[in-house]
Amino acid sequence: MSVLTFNDVLETTQMITHHNLDVRTITMGISLRDCGHQDVKVCADKIYDKITKKAEKLVKTGEDIESDLGVPIINKRISVTPISMVGESCDTADYVPLAKALDKAAHEVGVNFIGGFSALVDKGYTKGDRNLIASIPEALASTEVVCSSVNVGSTKAGINMDAVAEMGRVVKATAEKTAADDAIGCAKLVVFCNAVNDNPFMAGAFHGVTEPESVVSVGVSGPGVVKHALEAVRGQDIGAVAEVIKRTAFKITRVGQLVAQEAAKRLNTQFGIIDLSLAPTPAVGDSVAHILEEIGLESCGGPGTTATLAMLNDAVKKGGLMASSYVGGLSGAFIPVSEDAGMIAAVERGSLCLEKLEAMTCVCSVGLDMIAIPGDTSAETIAAIIADESAIGMINNKTTAVRVIPVPGKGVGERVEFGGLLGHAPIMGVSKFKADAFIARGGRIPAPVRSLTN
Amino acid sequence: MFAFPEFLNSPEGEGGGITMRIVVTVVGQDKVGIIAKVTNVLANNQVNILNINQNIMDGFFNMVLIADMTDSKMSIKALKEHLDRLAEEIGLEIRVQSEDIFTAMHQI
Repeated sequence: MSVLTFNDVLETTQMITHHNLDVRTITMGISLRDCGHQDVKVCADKIYDKITKKAEKLVKTGEDIESDLGVPIINKRISVTPISMVGESCDTADYVPLAKALDKAAHEVGVNFIGGFSALVDKGYTKGDRNLIASIPEALASTEVVCSSVNVGSTKAGINMDAVAEMGRVVKATAEKTAADDAIGCAKLVVFCNAVNDNPFMAGAFHGVTEPESVVSVGVSGPGVVKHALEAVRGQDIGAVAEVIKRTAFKITRVGQLVAQEAAKRLNTQFGIIDLSLAPTPAVGDSVAHILEEIGLESCGGPGTTATLAMLNDAVKKGGLMASSYVGGLSGAFIPVSEDAGMIAAVERGSLCLEKLEAMTCVCSVGLDMIAIPGDTSAETIAAIIADESAIGMINNKTTAVRVIPVPGKGVGERVEFGGLLGHAPIMGVSKFKADAFIARGGRIPAPVRSLTN
Repeated sequence: MFAFPEFLNSPEGEGGGITMRIVVTVVGQDKVGIIAKVTNVLANNQVNILNINQNIMDGFFNMVLIADMTDSKMSIKALKEHLDRLAEEIGLEIRVQSEDIFTAMHQI
């Protein structure tokens, strides 16, 4: 058995004080399957009561653990059963009151986001799915911390192109309804392919139907720690780089595991999973793009970006897997543009474009994330971007997502400011060539063949 | 490099919970009486010191102290507030953390 050394103690302390090591989120998943009711008001009350009861101590517990362990726990959040299922038995088509109940409950318990205003429609719609999707723009405009997601495709079912087309329109409508705040509503809306049931990260978190009554999951972070560790192996071969990333990911994940176990125990609930994602923030020294540049790229987005990102993503998983008893969620490296100082700089420098980001999503966690695009981008073009991204997820058997923000009245070269963890973003160019006729077809892309993989 | 004796390390265990052992780290400009002042706060609150390691690196005072809070009536949070006041008074950085975060990170 190894022993704790003076250097070990100093290393951990420096990771926290100098390199932004933190636990990004403790997310409590809560099942709302018992909250359905014909009367939407009763349903909303049941939702509010259940969340405020189950998550009463979530924020306090997070703060206590943060204090005892001396590691920052940035966010405390809640995910709930997709509201399309909870609202399905209501005799109204308007689910906005349910979104408002989520918002009110989240404010009451003090969490900064609540996810689950969601629908899963990879193969088709139920009545509740249709109602929910139609309610999204107003729900996001009239609430503050509610996050919404819609799963439009999967490797097993193919891609629901009717839903893809509709989500193009929903993204546009959400942008217009929140135009006064630079389309902030779109920052809370994710379109998924192969969405996972246990993702603790926003805006795409929901409490899947296979999950227990309540569960605590933890999302770790630490791009700054990885970047710093890599500074020690400058000039060495890429195997040495992968090794350092693995070791660092292991250490980061162990902290997450400890926090998750402790949180589950104190909240008297089940420990769900650790999400091994490297999640950047706009803070200096907390960027995934800067890791890639440390490995040897002049600027993120240039040639070599996909290869370095693939290696990074794989090494993070290899290191983290052994450090936790249960790994899940999205686990990988996130590349949200507005939330990563290095990505923002790369866009401004002209090295990173939408098409390169799409290529990058083939080898890392999630997808086109927090990307501001011109306000005059059509619903059909947004739908086509969603279709492309979903196709990458469907064929490669991975989660992909689109969270784009068509900022009304703004064009390429202008900037948009979201504030806080959401950061700021330069507006990126979108191809002017149309896919309107393709999107107008609708229907479903059949599920792909799983053999003959070339 | 210095290593703390093995008996100081908590046993591994799933869901073992936060132990009563803490790690106090003190960093800053060297001056007379730092250890005396820090250990005085611990002694006054029945926190038993198990091990101290201190040296000067690049002109900076560095101390890592492991202590047991089993007999203390104080919570880690309350002790932290005491030491925060001291840190401000003597112009140093003092951190108090459960030992668990270090063992989790550095031991398999």
